[in-house]
Parts: sequence; C-alpha cells; structure tokens
Amino acid sequence: MDLFEHQAKELFADYGIPVPRGIVAHKVEEVRAAAEQLTGRVVVKAQVKTGGRGKAGGVKVADDAADAVAKAEAILGMDIKGHTVHKVLVEEASAIAEEYYFSFLLDRANRTFLAICSASGGMDIEEVAHTAPEKVAKVPVSALNGVDRAKAREIAQAGGLPEKALDGAAELIEKLWCCFVDEDATLVEVNPMILSADGQVKALDGKVTLDDNAGFRQADHEALADKAAEDPLEAKAKEKDLNYVKLDGSVGIIGNGAGLVMSTLDVVAYAGEEFPGKPSPANFLDIGGGASAEVMAAGLEIILSDPSVKSIFVNVFGGITACDAVANGIVSAFKLLESRGEAVSHPLVVRLDGNNAQLGRQILADAALPRVELVDTMDEAAKRAAELAAVGA
Amino acid sequence: MAIWLTENSKIIVQGMTGGEGTKHTRRMLASGAKVVGGVNARKAGTTHEGLPVFGTVKEAMEKTGADVSVVFVPPAFTKDAVKEAIDAEIPLCVVITEGVPVHDSTEFWAYAVEKGNKTRIIGPNCPGIASPGASNAGIIPADITTAGRIGLVSKSGTLTYQLMYELRDFGFSTAVGIGGDPVIGTTHIDALQAFQDDPGTDAIVMIGEIGGDAEERAAAYIEQHVTKPVVAYVAGFTAPEGKTMGHAGAIVSGSAGTAQAKKEALEKVGVRVGKTPSETARLMREIMQAR
Repeated sequence: MDLFEHQAKELFADYGIPVPRGIVAHKVEEVRAAAEQLTGRVVVKAQVKTGGRGKAGGVKVADDAADAVAKAEAILGMDIKGHTVHKVLVEEASAIAEEYYFSFLLDRANRTFLAICSASGGMDIEEVAHTAPEKVAKVPVSALNGVDRAKAREIAQAGGLPEKALDGAAELIEKLWCCFVDEDATLVEVNPMILSADGQVKALDGKVTLDDNAGFRQADHEALADKAAEDPLEAKAKEKDLNYVKLDGSVGIIGNGAGLVMSTLDVVAYAGEEFPGKPSPANFLDIGGGASAEVMAAGLEIILSDPSVKSIFVNVFGGITACDAVANGIVSAFKLLESRGEAVSHPLVVRLDGNNAQLGRQILADAALPRVELVDTMDEAAKRAAELAAVGA
Repeated sequence: MAIWLTENSKIIVQGMTGGEGTKHTRRMLASGAKVVGGVNARKAGTTHEGLPVFGTVKEAMEKTGADVSVVFVPPAFTKDAVKEAIDAEIPLCVVITEGVPVHDSTEFWAYAVEKGNKTRIIGPNCPGIASPGASNAGIIPADITTAGRIGLVSKSGTLTYQLMYELRDFGFSTAVGIGGDPVIGTTHIDALQAFQDDPGTDAIVMIGEIGGDAEERAAAYIEQHVTKPVVAYVAGFTAPEGKTMGHAGAIVSGSAGTAQAKKEALEKVGVRVGKTPSETARLMREIMQAR
C-alpha cells in the first residue's frame, strides 16, 4: 500500500523526523483556515499517489491565505496522471539552502535492503542515476545489522553530502531506518531531504510503501487505506477475502492460482483480438487452491455485479483440489445464487483439467446448467469466452 | 535422477500438527515420500499421523536423519521456523507459507547467508519441490505427472501443475516451485544451474511472471552457462501497472518488471517462449520428440 505524502510525513513525525508544519485540506475554506493558522508563506501541495505532480502544476507557493485559496482552487479537482486531486497539504514554506535525496528500499534482485543517497536531490533520481551515476550512492544494508548513527553518517558521506549537513542527515537517516523496519515498509523516500537556511536537515517530501503481508502485526495500517479511491467491486471482494483486481474488459475471469489466472488474462486478451470490439478480461480473480462452492459462489457474485461483464470464463486446473469437487462447487454456486434470486444469466465457459477432469465434466454435463459450456482446452475456452463477449449475448 | 530431492530424502514437517500441515503430510505420505516426523515445541513427544513430533529441527534431524524440512507454520512464526532450520543446518528447507512479511524473508535470507548457506531455502509462498516417482516435499500434486527427463522451475504453482500435466507422457526429473514473493531463497538461476548439471535432465521448462528482473537475469545466465534446451513461459502481459496480481511479487512498477521485457530478454538468448501454457508445452514436446 502506498501512502499519501501527508500520511508519510505524519509517520515520519512519529519517529522524530523533522518535517514542516502542515495541515490537510479537502475544501477551499479549509485551505484558508490552514494558511491563516500557519501564517506567512505556505506551499499548497496536491495529495496524489503518483510522481511528477510538481511538473503537472500540483505544487504551488502562496504568499498568504488569500493566495493559498487561489492556488488551491486550481489544484483541487485537477487530474494528475489519471489521479483526481481530492485533498491538498498546506504546509509552511521552508527556506531551502540545499536539496538532497534519500531512500531505503527493498532490493529484490540482491535480496537485501538498499540505502540510496545523493547530494543532487529534488529532481528525478532515476534521471540523475542515469546521467551522473557517480552522484548517487547505493549502499546495501543488511537486515541483520541495520543502520545505527555511524552507518547513517557513512551513507550520508557516500552520497556526497557536505560536512555541515552530516550530523543532521545522520540523525534523520537513523530515524528513517527505524520507521522503515518498525512499520514493515518496502520503501521510504525523502526527496528532497533539505538543509534549511538555519542549518536543519528536514524531510520536505515523503513517499512510503507498506507491506500488505505485514497487516497481522501492523493493526494501525488499515486506517491508512484510501477507502474512497478503492474500486467498489475490489472493496466488496476484499470483504469476502477474494483476490480480485478490476480490469476494463468484458470477459469475467475466475481461476485457481495467481499464475494461472494471470496467464488466463493473457490468453483471453490474445483470443479477443480476433473478434469485433476486441473483448478483453474484466477482472483478475484467484479463488485459490480450494475452490469450494462458497468461494465459487462469492466469486461468481462479484463478477455478475460488474455491469461490463458479458461472458464468464472459469479456468480451473485440478491439482490439490480434484475437478469433481470444483464441478460440484459450480453446481452448488448456481443453486445458491438462484435461491437468492440472482440466477446466473451470462454465458459461462468452463475449462476443467487435471485431477478427475473427466468426472468433473460429467458432473457439469449432467447438471445441464443453463448457458454453461464445457471446453476441453484453455486456449479454445478463452476463444469461446471472447466470442461470447463479442456477441454480447 | 533428480535435483535436491531424491528417493532417499527424509522429510520433516515444521507445523505438521496444524490444518495445512496435517493435510499435506498425509498427501506427501500417500505419494510415497519419506516423511519421518514433525516439529512442534508444544507437542514434542507425542505422535501425529503416526509420526513422532519433536521439539526442535535439530532433535528431529538427530533422531530421524532428516535432511529436508517443509514449513507450514503461519506467517507470524515463519521467520523463526526458518532460522531454526538454518541453525540446525538442514540441507533443504521448503517454505510453503504464503503471506510472510518481506522484512522477515529478507532477514532469514541474510541469516542463511551469514551462516554460510548450508541450508538451501525454497520459497516462501511456493508449492515446493517434487521429483516424480522419487519424493515430494510440499503441496505439488504427485499424481498429475510421471517420472521423466524434463526439469521445471516456476514462480507459479498452478502453472507448474498445468505444464507437468500437459507433458505427463514425457515426465519430469524434478519440478521446483520457487514462489511468487519479492524475496525468495532459491532462484530460477539456482535451478537452471542444477538442471544443467543433472545427468537425469535433458531439457528445462522455465515459468516466470511479471515483477522484478529474475527472468532477465536468468536469461543472462542461460546465455553463459546452459547448453540444454530451455523453453519458457511468462505470465502477465496484460497486467495493469501498479496492481499486485495475486502474488506479492507480481507487480509492474513503472516500466520495470513487464512480461514483454522478460520475453524479449529470453528470446534474445535463444530461449523459445510460448504464447500460452499449452504452446509452451508444445515447444517442449518438439524438443523431446527430436531427441
């Protein structure tokens, strides 16, 4: 889960990291109140979970409260790379002497953590790393040893930070490491990390990504989720513990196993290219190894409530669960939905393969469910599901 | 022949007394794998599924001669379980558990390295390793394929099963599910190296998916070190950017980790990449038939 800048800074502040005073505002009137409270020059910053907002005009300096209101009027509601701005952070303007870059992140390839530090901050660090790699220090950090003050200082020095900033930077970096570890973050980024005119090192911006797998020991992270931005179908699926991602096509997909479902999306998209309107997958839905009737029903229910769905492709490989159990699950799911007055009205293409596939197919054939078609192979089934979506039947 | 797991492998199960542990211990036993005991500190001295339960991995190894551990403990306890296996220097530790925080997997990996890599870790969030006809450590269904001379390494469980099933007439030396997490113990490269060195393996199927650059690095490794034929499949061409697709590691970030980049990297070094799982199986079939 990615955090908004203001959430990242609130988290930083909890760890004693210096950040400018700031107030979140959703409406213009709240912006005025915030600017009056902060007094003096303020910065109005769009809160969106994407980069490049400065270039898009989402960050403006305002001289006073009236100016802040004028700036906020332009920013609120603005679209930045597909993200609508629903709130701004109104922050006291900082007197910046120098701008640096700092981050801790997970280095997947080397299976370790990495500190990235550069005296050339404030801009796109990937660009700096590309054009002047010598200006960007990448220091591996062992999960066993972590970062103490001395290591933090060493990283700041490696990044080329000047002597006058080293003490402040080392302190900030050490605290940021605590935040990174204690919050189960996979990224904490401060760009820019500034040296202010009065010699303080501060986090002027903040980007944090939290590990969703750590939810069981990070009870307060759930409150950080942006419920409003969540797709309603994804939210509903989450409540039912379904692994669902909304996509923009018309073929509903149900499968077992993340890899197989990802593969199913690809195969359906390829097949769709041959039909009018090029039907593509409407969603990713992994019902897991179990594929019980209840889970199958819950999955079908989510997909049927998506108005863009025209056909459904159930793609199951019977590995741990045998196909007869999956077939019984589908039959029960149909009955369950019918009893709730939500009978399945879309064409459903089913491909069962693996353990007891023949038996599973026989169960479905005997049940003679309306609009259910059995197709033997994944490729052919994908083609049929795409065709049915194209017909719009 | 097989890699890492043979008919002589003696398996213990960490978390054997839990629901998943019990279910899959039964399945492993039914498939003919030599499961010799379980580990649960609170139930030491008892028996479960007719097998002795030990207090520690070390004790289980001493009493049974076990050389493989399969971990089914819940995510909150996985780090400690794996570190215990590393301390006991068990040669192979297969971590099935899904949902392990990446700070924990990064830590136990660093711990394994610090202790001299005496324990090969597979996973977490993986289906395990199966050498058909010989042994089975994890949750890969044993009866969908046969023993043969194809090696398989994959990030995905069900795609592993799909390929094992489609190529069941040729059969497999070993299939390794390395898992879909961002940080994993055994990589594609480790498995490629082992299959290259294994006289019982003639050709290799490699299955990847979006996220990270493991497939690109595997391609570079193949170019330098692998002379056996390799066919590959990559899942997630149509996955949208920034969305996690089921596996914690399956995410396209900006322009990094795309299926297209992985496919191109593999094809550049002469690996044939199937457009669908079935086409991948066909490509392997052609190779095996030509032998």
